[in-house]
Amino acid sequence: MSALDLALRCAGADGFALDITERLSLTGVTAVFGASGSGKTTLLECVAGLRAPEPGSRIAFDDETWVDTGHSLPPWRRGIGYVFQDARLFPHLDVRGNLTYGQRRKVSAKGPTLAQVCAWLGLQDLLHRAPDTLSAGQRQRVSMGRALLAAPRLLLLDEPLANLDGDSRRQCLAALRHAIAASRIPALYVSHDAEEVSHLADRLLILAAGRVTEHGSMLDLSSRIDSALAKDEQAAAIVHCQLAAHDSPFGLSELHCEGNSLWVNHLPGEIGSLHRLRIPARDVSLCRELPRDTSILNILPVQLDEIEPGDAPRLLVRLRAGEQFLLARITRKSATALQLKVGDKLFAQIKSTALLTETAEPA
Amino acid sequence: MTAAELDAVRLTLALAGTTTLILMLLGTPLAWWLSRRRGNLPALVEALVAMPLILPPTVLGFYLLLMLAPDSAVGALWQRLTGQQLAFSFSALVIGSVIYSLPFVVQPLQAAFARVPTTLLQAAATLGATPLDQFRSVVAPLCRRSFLVAACLGFAHTVGEFGVILMIGGNIPGETRVVSVALYDYVESLQFAEAHRLAGGLVVFSLLLLFLLYRNNGRPRADQQ
Repeated sequence: MSALDLALRCAGADGFALDITERLSLTGVTAVFGASGSGKTTLLECVAGLRAPEPGSRIAFDDETWVDTGHSLPPWRRGIGYVFQDARLFPHLDVRGNLTYGQRRKVSAKGPTLAQVCAWLGLQDLLHRAPDTLSAGQRQRVSMGRALLAAPRLLLLDEPLANLDGDSRRQCLAALRHAIAASRIPALYVSHDAEEVSHLADRLLILAAGRVTEHGSMLDLSSRIDSALAKDEQAAAIVHCQLAAHDSPFGLSELHCEGNSLWVNHLPGEIGSLHRLRIPARDVSLCRELPRDTSILNILPVQLDEIEPGDAPRLLVRLRAGEQFLLARITRKSATALQLKVGDKLFAQIKSTALLTETAEPA
Repeated sequence: MTAAELDAVRLTLALAGTTTLILMLLGTPLAWWLSRRRGNLPALVEALVAMPLILPPTVLGFYLLLMLAPDSAVGALWQRLTGQQLAFSFSALVIGSVIYSLPFVVQPLQAAFARVPTTLLQAAATLGATPLDQFRSVVAPLCRRSFLVAACLGFAHTVGEFGVILMIGGNIPGETRVVSVALYDYVESLQFAEAHRLAGGLVVFSLLLLFLLYRNNGRPRADQQ
């Protein structure tokens, strides 16, 4: 397992100073999450060698020193792959020329083949196109393929979906996630979108004003009500579950989670495969009694674990379901009416359409 | 065309060719440096490069003549190394032409280089390209047309040079007597028919070269807007 050791100080673009001392274990995707101007891109540029941190900073990848006093390994010798927010494809090369640019310069004999990368990212039909004829989503997929073909030891992605929206964003996200998983290259993924982060990340590094405020596994941080992720309107818990059955007449699939059934839209997957569900807090409601005659399919018995303090009109509560946690955002009025307190046995109703499913690497 | 005129044409083409080659080799790194730097030193160098555009050729020629004279440091060193006098030689013409035509090569290249986004070079760097490789694989293809423009302008301008040549080269047949000088001789001696031949030839040549250059407006690239 690789690790990135950071002792970084760097003046940012708009007044804040990045100040990070952290050891990142690099497995899967580590999301770097924070508001605009929190230093996410500055961090990535320092790691890539595109920006020089202040003297005294240190960056080491495994036992290879990238930055130290009087020493800075240039970007072209760091063995990284960078996917920029603005794609940055070479306008004088077609898609194939862009894809193979890094491949022709790689030092390692490893790395995926052109055919593999095209299959992961759906680029087969684009190879002879010029970059300026591509859609924004296609450009980002080509940019991702170009980075992967350079056989990097570390992928750096700087909000690659920021310029996309709607379907194009969803498709590109799915393609990127698939390619990252298939290539098995650890990634640092910068984003300010909580939903994107929970789709992709295994680990999470949260920045605020240039400093690390939280760092840990996605599963732990996503179920905390005091995390920066929870502040987001998109706050959601992530639960692991197993595909139990397909219910073809109704077009649904059944998942098992902590001994309970959850119904989701038909999942193309094998029975027994592991999945990660994202359950948005705003789509979870609470009842004291097991609801009957309801159109809501997914009802889990839970125990109230934590209530967000404060006097905001809406508050977040954490619910324990077996070994896992859900979040629910409810009004303070309801919390008072139900006389909610820690330890209460409740039923959580989840709108089935709110369940976003995704395959996950076995944990 | 007389043998002397042919000699003058041959000499002119040799001078322009040699000068252009040297200018492209010197001008490319100089233009790159100027396009990526800000500050007093680059500004001063940029001003020096542009000087031949506004100075009378005679001023440039006068100082070059002093510099290349056998009793100057440069002239003496040249004589010791090659055994030949530098002033009034073909080599002196090349040195003078390189300085005189420098802005015609450096300025279009510098403008084109400045339009190559640094972000593309960063992308190339993260993909394993060293700075020289970035220049070869990204900058050069994006500025292909500007290289052509710079070479053509440098060549054409050297062909059309007169004042500097007369000051440092004199009028030695086969050595420094280029077309523009030969033309001047004809006019001085009122041989207008012969003068027409050379003057008309230069007009046609320059027009043709510039026409071909501007007609060749290919796909827009970094060196065009």
